[in-house]
Amino acid sequence: MCNTCGCNITPGNRHLANRPVASGTTAVHVLQRLLAGNEAQAAANRARFHAARVLVINLMSSPGSGKTALLEATIDALKSRWRIAVVEGDLETENDAARIRAHGVPAIQISTGSACHLDAHMLAGVLAGLPLAEIDILFVENVGNLVCPAGFDLGQNHNVVLLSTTEGEDKPAKYPVMFRQADLVLVSKADLLPVLGDFRPEIARQAVRNLANPAPVLPVSVRGEPGIHDWLDWLEQALAALADKPQLATSTGFRYRVSSHG
Amino acid sequence: MHELAVCQALLGQVISVAAAQAASSVESVTVAAGALSGVEPALLERAWPLAAAGTLAQTARLEIRVSPVRVRCRLCGQETETGPNRLLCAGCGSWQTTVLAGDELMLLSVTLVRPDASQAGEETHV
Repeated sequence: MCNTCGCNITPGNRHLANRPVASGTTAVHVLQRLLAGNEAQAAANRARFHAARVLVINLMSSPGSGKTALLEATIDALKSRWRIAVVEGDLETENDAARIRAHGVPAIQISTGSACHLDAHMLAGVLAGLPLAEIDILFVENVGNLVCPAGFDLGQNHNVVLLSTTEGEDKPAKYPVMFRQADLVLVSKADLLPVLGDFRPEIARQAVRNLANPAPVLPVSVRGEPGIHDWLDWLEQALAALADKPQLATSTGFRYRVSSHG
Repeated sequence: MHELAVCQALLGQVISVAAAQAASSVESVTVAAGALSGVEPALLERAWPLAAAGTLAQTARLEIRVSPVRVRCRLCGQETETGPNRLLCAGCGSWQTTVLAGDELMLLSVTLVRPDASQAGEETHV
């Protein structure tokens, strides 16, 4: 059952979709997804990424949970192996794109003005400036916001959501729409776990499971232990899964295998 | 607040239906917004007049049907109603469930005023 064609209108809920019609009026049944326009553009983006064999990661979190710092560390670790580019979404400033460029990879800033999320059209608008054929991984750092970006497909392969240890282990229960569609949850700033003492990664993991989401929940830190080995490992597995997948699919779902890093 | 962006997308669909049916105005718009759709009905209601101002739909009433979340358990097969941040099977407690309803965000129907509509009223589909 999908939400696209009206097949989710069943005998049980059909009365909600129909209504008595007053004289002089016409009731038109539409049954179309409200964000169908965004979804069509996302599908077009996805087809372009697939044709160029680019792994696209939509990185989301609240402001200040360490998305840009994680990208900086990831670029430093991987840029000798993979060709990386970044699209940065922020309400204002070029600051994050400048930080990324300092690490020697192309970065395009989308300044959204007052818009609280990126959408598929905004991303399509900057793709002309990116040589997709010369890119292996495109990270899209979404606007820092755990609410609005969840509603807008960009054409990515995977959603990765950061949850920093300073935010609270119950964030997935508070923002279910965001966390239920995460393909990977990274517990960032995990080097602070011993200092904070009150963030239990297993509670965060359980909160993700309560959303019927099997996504791995991996602690990471760009300073000190546990490092970002598990995240890099996950990325390598995502790249391998993409290379194995000749057909275009909405998701390159793969089963993450925990490495020996522990 | 992405409800305004949602409203603008909704308005685009409503106006294209109204234009295709040669309507003189839009009387009402009915939307389904599940509890897991990420859209807050009260905010959608407040954003609607802003988006619709100056269009065929500017006096249209927006009706939002909020559907509860229903899941089917992949282990025991039961279908149960649940809350948006607890998508567990109410039967066996498993988290291995599939969401059946509650994440939809759809335009269900539009009621149009048409100069040439019959007095009895009519229904149509697109």
